[in-house]
Amino acid sequence: MTDLLEVRDLRKNFGALAVTDGVDMRVAEGELHAVIGPNGAGKTTLIAQLSGQLAPDSGRVIYAGRDITRADMAARVEAGLARSFQITALLPGMTVLENVALAVQARSGSSFRFWRDAGSEEITNAQARMALDEVGLADRAGALASALSHGEQRQLELAVALATKPRLLLLDEPLAGTGGAEAERLIALMQRLKKRLTLVLIEHDMDAVFQLADRISVLVYGRIVASGPPAAVRADPAVRAAYLGEEEGA
Amino acid sequence: MFNLFLLQLLNGAQFGILLFLVAAGLTLVFGIMDFINLAHGVLYMVGAYLMATFAGMTGSYWFGLALALPATLVFGLVLEFLVFRRLYDRSHLDQVLATFGLILMLSEGVKILWGSAPLNVDMPALLSGSVPLAGPLQYPVYRIAVIAAGLASAVGLWALINHTRAGMLLRAGASNRPMVAALGVDISRLFMLVFAGGAMLAGFAGAIVAPILSVDPGMGESILILTFVVIVIGGVGSIRGAFLAAILVGVVDTVGRTFGPIWLRMVMDPAAASQTGRMVAPMLVYLLMAAVLFWSPTGLFGRKGAK
Amino acid sequence: MSTPATRTLAPRLSAALAIFVVMAAVPPLALALDDPFLMVIASRMLVFAIAALSLDLILGYGAMVSFGHAAYLGIGAYAVALGARWGVTDLLAQILLGMGMSAAFATVTGAISLRTRGVYFIMITLAFAQMAYFFFVAQSSLGGDDGVALQARSTLLGLPLEGDQTLYYTILGALVAIYAGLYRLTLSRFGRVLKGTRENALRMQAIGYRPFRYQLVAYVIAACLCSVAGVLLANLTEYVSPAYMSWHRSGELIVMLVFGGIGTLTGAVAGALVAVGLEELLAVFSEHWRLGFGLILVLVVLFSPDGLTGLMRRLGLRAPGLRNDGEGRGDD
Repeated sequence: MTDLLEVRDLRKNFGALAVTDGVDMRVAEGELHAVIGPNGAGKTTLIAQLSGQLAPDSGRVIYAGRDITRADMAARVEAGLARSFQITALLPGMTVLENVALAVQARSGSSFRFWRDAGSEEITNAQARMALDEVGLADRAGALASALSHGEQRQLELAVALATKPRLLLLDEPLAGTGGAEAERLIALMQRLKKRLTLVLIEHDMDAVFQLADRISVLVYGRIVASGPPAAVRADPAVRAAYLGEEEGA
Repeated sequence: MFNLFLLQLLNGAQFGILLFLVAAGLTLVFGIMDFINLAHGVLYMVGAYLMATFAGMTGSYWFGLALALPATLVFGLVLEFLVFRRLYDRSHLDQVLATFGLILMLSEGVKILWGSAPLNVDMPALLSGSVPLAGPLQYPVYRIAVIAAGLASAVGLWALINHTRAGMLLRAGASNRPMVAALGVDISRLFMLVFAGGAMLAGFAGAIVAPILSVDPGMGESILILTFVVIVIGGVGSIRGAFLAAILVGVVDTVGRTFGPIWLRMVMDPAAASQTGRMVAPMLVYLLMAAVLFWSPTGLFGRKGAK
Repeated sequence: MSTPATRTLAPRLSAALAIFVVMAAVPPLALALDDPFLMVIASRMLVFAIAALSLDLILGYGAMVSFGHAAYLGIGAYAVALGARWGVTDLLAQILLGMGMSAAFATVTGAISLRTRGVYFIMITLAFAQMAYFFFVAQSSLGGDDGVALQARSTLLGLPLEGDQTLYYTILGALVAIYAGLYRLTLSRFGRVLKGTRENALRMQAIGYRPFRYQLVAYVIAACLCSVAGVLLANLTEYVSPAYMSWHRSGELIVMLVFGGIGTLTGAVAGALVAVGLEELLAVFSEHWRLGFGLILVLVVLFSPDGLTGLMRRLGLRAPGLRNDGEGRGDD
């Protein structure tokens, strides 16, 4: 397998604190690569640097053979690198369909069109509906995003990311705040997605991670302390000491 | 020529000092509370009017000044109590609207109370006259006193901010508001103190400028916009930035108006030079602001990623 | 399409239509009442409705609180004075001139202002407008501080805009056209991106947009449309002065917008009518009308936590365009 994403010696400091302290990481095309670690390990900061929201102090991010360390978020999305947010970041005053349609629109033709009603673009809407269908939210298309339940907002978050037609999807705690049937549904969705996309998953739910991941990297205090298949990571004494020992079964 | 330049440089510094006195309180208010107060210039104007009134009543500059300062302070506190404290948690748009309304009200109120005609304040005997500066050059004592008073205020402010507990909280609050709140500091009291200090500095500026400028209802507004330019160049929340930017703006504005046409005459014919000079000079400080912002969107000393 | 957003468009549109029809009836009414002053006030209302509409595009839909929008009112007005001097008397040509000048100024100052946020943006737009103000104050050939009286009104397709009625209906026509254009724009792809950026700029970047470009284009469009109001204002008063771009004027434009409700277009039109009407009404009582106007403004903001729109809603004054639906989110 070839690497779709390669991270080389990535570093980011907030003041004296090294939040990302020389991270090296490879994500192969087609795999689901989970990044786990205790709270404050720097997982969200890592995602922010991979997606272009935050510029690293040093190091390189290589995606599909291209150095994208200095590329902005929009350029990365164009190249097929999309993300979801841990804290739901939707457009609350717009409908569910409009939230997704905007993501479709970004990838299909110019948005410097000033006259034609965007709501009547059949192709855009159809693609948006497909993404909603995929996450199981098709029947809520007309609702305002702010009117959705928390679990539904998590689903919409995924639909929006999918609508950008990503090749690599960075998922920042997609299960956060969900439980029971909602979580089941999202896990099933990720099972389907990993067949056609490369996924980087940050997640606290260990059951879900070991069920889904092809490979796992363990991030502790800004460093990757172990990386490998789930079984190997589970057996790694360093990992058990640093992390699993205290949080297994969470 | 050099003498003229020196003269204008001093005038610019003196103007800059006044700008700093008005900007100091305002930049802290912006920085700490993220509160946009358009009505700050009103305090400068009120300071000048109170000075004119009290100096007229007592017949003494010094009594006038001694009464005008606490009166401006009280006026500022009343405004804070009645209006501003209700606006801290509101959107910028609400803050703009309410403080804009306040300007309309207070400017009109000043016109009703004092009339539209400019007022004059007599210079104190102690500070009138001029002193020799360099060769035949004379400079008014009063303007030197204004510079000295402003510098003294700036030094006092610097000491207050760098060597007292309240000052430490201010510095922390200007760069990280949630942190100060998390320390258990009563933010609203801290802000009232900042506001009171800012109001008095602005009022002080208005009071001491009264003998050299005419006191009129428009004075608060013209200085307010230049104050904004100062704060934007210096960086919101930075006293040091406000000081440097104020001197810079004062000098560029004053020197530009005099020397713009003179320097332009070196490259074009005199008529065109004076025409262009007169056109460009009032825009200089804004161009300066644009240049600084182009280089650094949060000003010279603003924190990066500031709102 | 049957999203809630589209369903609520109809009342907004019909309210605007009702306003336009009523305003179209003003000239015959003024004639019948023999009250030429009514025409003057109504014309002012319409001109400021255009200016407020243009501000709504950036403030209401783009969440960019510009405190310097009156600069473009002034630039439009000076386009008439400059045009007349250069022998360009046609209204449409003068509008093009005003738009060109505004676009140039807005592109440069907008690009710099949009690098900043929040209080910086407010102060910087104010400062740039002030720069334009001083530029025209320094133009002694255009009357400097005092301004300059126009020799004659513009012509429209070779015909002079004589008579107050002709000018009135020209202004009304411009208002309706601009309303219609902006209405379409807010529904278009561009409008959606602008609204999305207002709601959450980070989200928009995460799905592949660069918000700066869209905000800048909106800023320039708003400037151009406001300059149309300036061209018409100059024709209305037959006089051009820097006072048109004073920062008080910029503040008044924001007040108009908030009076009617931001981010609805119809609210901007209604707000301009109400604000100009209120000014004229208060001015009848006292020359110190600003005292009352300011007081009303302060009280309403202080005691109506959700602003003027909220107050009107609570008073049951369902002014047009004030519906609290997803389309009309005004708070940021």
